[in-house]
Amino acid sequence: MSEAKKKIHVRGLKKAFGSNEVLRGIDLDVEDGKSMVIIGGSGSGKSVLIKCLLGVIKPDSGVIDIDGRNISRHTSADQRYMSRKSGMLFQGSALFDSLPVWENIAFRLLYAEKKPRKAAKEKAIECLALVGLSPEVGDLSPSELSGGMKKRVSLARAIASDPEIIFFDEPTTGLDPIMADVINNLILERVKALGATAISITHDMASARKIADDIAMLYQGQIIWRGKPEEMENSGNPMVDQFVHGRAEGPIQMQVKRR
Amino acid sequence: MNPFATTGRLTLDAVAEIGRIAQFAARSGASLFTGPFFSRAFWSAFLRIGYASLPVVGLTAIFTGAALALNIYDGSLRFNAESFLPQIVGVSIVRELGPVSAALMVAGRCASAMAAEIGAMRASEQIDAMSTLSVNPMGYLVAPRILATTIALPLLVLVADIIGIYGGYLVAVYALDFSGPAYIRNIDQFLQNRDIISGLIKAGVFGFLIALMGCYYGYYSRGGAQGVGSSTRTAVVASAVAILASNYFMTSLLVEI
Ligand SMILES: Nc1ncnc2c1ncn2[C@@H]1O[C@H](COP(=O)(O)OP(=O)(O)O)[C@@H](O)[C@H]1O
Ligand SMILES: [Mg+2]
Repeated sequence: MSEAKKKIHVRGLKKAFGSNEVLRGIDLDVEDGKSMVIIGGSGSGKSVLIKCLLGVIKPDSGVIDIDGRNISRHTSADQRYMSRKSGMLFQGSALFDSLPVWENIAFRLLYAEKKPRKAAKEKAIECLALVGLSPEVGDLSPSELSGGMKKRVSLARAIASDPEIIFFDEPTTGLDPIMADVINNLILERVKALGATAISITHDMASARKIADDIAMLYQGQIIWRGKPEEMENSGNPMVDQFVHGRAEGPIQMQVKRR
Repeated sequence: MNPFATTGRLTLDAVAEIGRIAQFAARSGASLFTGPFFSRAFWSAFLRIGYASLPVVGLTAIFTGAALALNIYDGSLRFNAESFLPQIVGVSIVRELGPVSAALMVAGRCASAMAAEIGAMRASEQIDAMSTLSVNPMGYLVAPRILATTIALPLLVLVADIIGIYGGYLVAVYALDFSGPAYIRNIDQFLQNRDIISGLIKAGVFGFLIALMGCYYGYYSRGGAQGVGSSTRTAVVASAVAILASNYFMTSLLVEI
């Protein structure tokens, strides 16, 4: 393996909620400037994994090395470090519904960096243009937006402060195939423009093929396969095979009932 | 369902949770000193809590004062003490009924609204999103609401005192044939500053408790819409219990001063 610089280096990451062991020893490396896509079934812990990396959930044990600093102790300094470095597109967009769209995008500028409102609004409108939305959208409230527009605004908010690492939690879930492709293109374009490292979660195979440099599959709390998008079709791994082709029968038994 | 058992269980839960709530309060207080102050969030909370609660607090006060005057008149007739009616109405409103009734109304309006609002933000990951944008949710969501309610409630109670005494005045003058100027003069001469101030101190503590409960139960709400519903309910009950319990203890301290 080439000794490219590791931006994200995770070893033995564990997280349980009560008796529900969600992450059971995750090992994951992401190189600087690469796009890693994590696939896995619903409820397999993809969002929990990404939130641990993001510093929002405190892991039980393990190492999360981000650019040479271990943030797994989850101190407030670790959280500040991570929030300065990263941006996140949440699964449900997570826009602040009490604020207009432009204040959502400029939230960090306004409330963390205390920039004047005029300059912040200009920056927000620039970011809106980058995701293909017109300046008038800035004055709408998030509740007035369609699903696709919400994702775009959330993307604009995630990139507004030029993050080094961007996380995408199911960016195309719930969108029609055309809008999904529009979002995929925007993600590719913005990540490339920033030269950022990207970690995305998806179970949309078209999206995974399009945006991934590398793919990892999460199953039962562990990374069970890792490879290039073109290797995914013939991975030789029956679980990956089943997932990629979307078959109900196979080694992966969906937990229809809770244990 | 047995309402007494429910109340008892909720009270016990509240007691068991006091430690966690105190820690939550300390964290939000700390964010006022370490973090930036979000003046927009403060003023918007202040207007929503203080100004928008005026009508309901005023209505409660006027009827409370009126009913109080009737009751005291009826009771004091039995030992020919009806001439003290203005003084008794005044001191009861200012020391006890003004602060408690206003606080209970604000608890119904605002603790529930805060728990619902913050709980919905938790459910839709907005609180997580806020910390990824380098803004401490404690400082942005919690501290301004607690501060605003702590300041707004004494001001509301001042208004409630005046309106409550006026409610008593209406009944005394128009239904019970008291002289208007004498009613005012009696109250004015009888009431001491410490009566009014003790009521306002109580109001500040009530305001703090209301916002603390609303924010705490919203912040730790779990499980989507249903979770938001139950944290809203718990927040209202817990703040009402906190108001009544702390009222007793503060009264026993404040009468000694
Ligand atoms: N804050 C939490 N408290 C308790 N359990 C949680 C929490 N967040 C996630 N879980 C549980 O962790 C598991 C994985 O959830 P998640 O990571 O959201 O799955 P997904 O792979 O679909 O994103 C689920 O069983 C969920 O119930
Ligand atoms: Mg998820």
